[in-house]
Amino acid sequence: MTSPLGKDLLGLERLTSEQISLILDTAEPLREISERAIKKVPTLRGATVVNLFFEASTRTRISFEFAEKRMSADTVNVAAAGSSISKGETLVDTARNLEAMKIDMVVIRHGSSGAAHFLAERIQSNVINAGDGTHEHPTQGLLDLLTLRQRWGSLQGRRVCICGDVLHSRVARSNIWGLKKLGAEVAVCGPRSLLPNAVGEMGVTVFDRIEQAIEWADALNVLRLQLERMESGYIPSLREYNRVFGVTRERLERAPKDILIMHPGPMNRGVEIDSDVADGPHSVILDQVTNGVAVRMAVLYLLAGNSPKLADAAKGTV
Amino acid sequence: MTRVERRRGGRDTLLKGGRIVDPSRNMNDIGDVLVRDGKIESVGGKIAGPDGADVIDCKGLVVSPGFVDVHCHLREPGREDVETILTGARAAAAGGFTAVCAMPNTDPVTDNQAAVGFVLKQGRAANAARVYPIGAISIGQKGEQLAEFGEMVGAGAVAVSDDGKPVVSSQLMRTALEYARAFGIPVADHCEDPTLAAGGAMNEGLVSARLGLRGIPSEAEEIMAIRDILLARRTGGHVHLCHMSTKGSVELIRWGKDRGIKVTAEACPHHLSLTEDAVEGYNTHAKMNPPLRTMADVEAVRAAVKDGTIDVIATDHAPHHNDEKARAFADAPNGIVGLETALAVNITWLVKPGVLSITDLIDRMACAPARIFSLPGGTLAKGAAADITVFDPTAEWKVDAAGFKTKGRNTPYAGMMLTGRVHATLVDGQVVHRA
Repeated sequence: MTSPLGKDLLGLERLTSEQISLILDTAEPLREISERAIKKVPTLRGATVVNLFFEASTRTRISFEFAEKRMSADTVNVAAAGSSISKGETLVDTARNLEAMKIDMVVIRHGSSGAAHFLAERIQSNVINAGDGTHEHPTQGLLDLLTLRQRWGSLQGRRVCICGDVLHSRVARSNIWGLKKLGAEVAVCGPRSLLPNAVGEMGVTVFDRIEQAIEWADALNVLRLQLERMESGYIPSLREYNRVFGVTRERLERAPKDILIMHPGPMNRGVEIDSDVADGPHSVILDQVTNGVAVRMAVLYLLAGNSPKLADAAKGTV
Repeated sequence: MTRVERRRGGRDTLLKGGRIVDPSRNMNDIGDVLVRDGKIESVGGKIAGPDGADVIDCKGLVVSPGFVDVHCHLREPGREDVETILTGARAAAAGGFTAVCAMPNTDPVTDNQAAVGFVLKQGRAANAARVYPIGAISIGQKGEQLAEFGEMVGAGAVAVSDDGKPVVSSQLMRTALEYARAFGIPVADHCEDPTLAAGGAMNEGLVSARLGLRGIPSEAEEIMAIRDILLARRTGGHVHLCHMSTKGSVELIRWGKDRGIKVTAEACPHHLSLTEDAVEGYNTHAKMNPPLRTMADVEAVRAAVKDGTIDVIATDHAPHHNDEKARAFADAPNGIVGLETALAVNITWLVKPGVLSITDLIDRMACAPARIFSLPGGTLAKGAAADITVFDPTAEWKVDAAGFKTKGRNTPYAGMMLTGRVHATLVDGQVVHRA
C-alpha cells in the first residue's frame, strides 16, 4: 500500500503543502489519545519499529517511543553506544541487518546530513528522519507548525522568525520549508557567523539584530545555542550572545504585540532565552512537546499506508 | 630523463586515412601516419605501407598526439586495493593517455629518490601509458621540511607537489619555488586555505545550505591561488595551479599571466561539465576537492580553457573503494576516477556545444601538458616517439563503470551517454590499447 507521503519522511523541503496539512490534520484527532486514561489504540499492532539513534537524544526518542507504543507497534531502541555501531559497523551493514530482520519502519537520528536518505535508498522499510546532521528534523518542524496552527488557525501571512544558530540547525531548515509552504513569512536572526552565507536565497528575511526581529514577528522560534559553537570560535562568548541576541523579557516588552515563543529544547536558560520568557504567558514550549507525540503518531500512521480518513475511526477503538 | 625502454624493431605500423590533428605543427589534414622503430617515420598524404606493416584503418577517426595527464593518483604504494600503477596505466591507455604524472600522496609518500624510482619501475613494467612520478614538496607531505628535489629529479621526477594537501606555509611555498628553479621543474599546488575549507564537504552556497552540508567557499581556493601567483612573481619560479574550479581563480590567473608571471594552471573534466547540483540526494560520486561549483564558475573555467588562461585539462583521477564512497556524504572520501571518461566528457561538454574545437582540445590534453611539464610527446613531428591517440569524435557510448580498466568505480558519469571514444593508443609505436 502506498502512503500519501511516499515511502519515507526525510524532510519537509520535498513535501507539498497538501501533504504537510494532511499530517497536521491527522495529528489533531490523534492528540486526544494521549489525553485518555488508557493511552493506546491498536492501529499499528503487529508493526515493528526500530528507533535507531546514532546521536544522543532524550526528548525526540521518548516522543517517538510514546507515539509508537500508543499505536501498539512493537518497538526496539538501538543506541549507538553498546551496539555493533560502536564496533565500527558501517551504515550500509546496519541497514542490511535491519532489513534482514523484516522490520517495518526505522526512525533514524544520525550526526551526518543525508544519513536518513542513505538508509532510505537501501532498505524497503519506511524511514523516518529524526534529525540528520544539520540537514532536517521534519517531525520537529511539523510539531512546530501544529503548535502555531492551533494558536492561529492558519499560518497564512503570519510572521515567524527563527533565532540563533541557523547554520548548524536541522530544526531551522525544516521550519523554513514547512512555514513557507503553509503561507507564513519567515525570517532568521542571529550573528552572521551562525547563519548560512546563502540563507537569503532560501527565501527568508534576515535580521541582524534581535530587536528588529521582535518588532517584526508574530512568533519567535528560539534555537538552542550549542556550547561548542563558542569553543569553535563562531561567537566570542555566551555572555555576549545573551546580551546581544538573547530573547529577554525586557526586549519582548518593547514589542508592538504579543509574540508566541517557541523553543525546540533543550534550553540554555540565560543564554538564548531567559527563564521568565521560557516560562512566561506567551511561551508555547510545552505545547510543542505535547504536539510532538501527536505529530509522530500521525506520521507513523500515514507512512504505514493508512487512509487519513481512518484517523478519526482509529481513536475510537481500544 | 630516464627513458622507458620498450620492445623495438617490431613491425611497422601504418595509421591509414585518419584526420591527423597536430596542434604542435598546425596540422589538420586527412592522411596517413607511418610508425617505424617506435618513432614517427612520416606524416601526411598517402603513404604506401611497407610489406608486413600493421595497418590500422583510421577512416572517420582523429589521429592526434597522445594525451598527457599531468595530474592523477595511482595509489601505489599503499592502496593497491583501489589502484595499482599497472591498472592505472592501463586505464590511462584506455582513455587515450600515452603518459600520466602520478601524484606523490601515496603511502609511503613519494618524497625521495628511491620512492620515485619505484614508481618509474612499476610504470615501466606496466607497459601501457608512460608513468612519470611527481615528487613531494615536503617530506611526508607534512608541510615542514623540503624534500630532496634534486635527488628526485635525478631519479626521474618531473615536478613536485604536496597535492591532496595544500602547502600551508607561505614560507615553504616560497622556498620550494626558489629551490625548484635549479631543476627547471614546476611546483604544482593544491590551492586550499585549510582554515576556510575545514570540514567542508561541498561548494558553499544555496545547495550546501539546503542540504545541511558544510560548505567550502571559493575563497579557500582563490586566496591560495593568488598567494602562489604572488610568490611566483617574487621568486621567478614556475607555479602550476592544480584543478582550478572558480571564476575568481580564473581572474587571478589571468592577472598573473598578464604580468608575465610564470603561472600555469589546469582544470578537470568534472569542473568543466558538472555543477554542485550533482550533489543533490547526497551523491558521494559528486564529492571531490575542490568541490563542484556553480554554473557561473563552470562557464568561467570553460572560457579560460578556451582562451588559454587555463593551460591544460588534467583528470585528477582519484580511485576510491566503493565501501568508502558508500557512506554518509560528509564521511565519504573526495575524488572520482577520470582517465577513461576524460576525452568523452570533454567532447560532450566542450566540443559538441562549440566551446572548444577538436584542435584546441588536443592542444589542452596533449600538447600543452607536455610543454608546461617539459615532457616528451605532444607532437607528431617526424622522429618523435610514436605516442599517438586515435579516437572517434562522434561515437556515442554509455558509461559502464564495471567495464573500466581502473579498479575505481567512483564516477558521476555512470549510465550517461557520452560522445567520443578512444579507438587506439600507441606508446613508442606499440599499441597499448585497442577498442
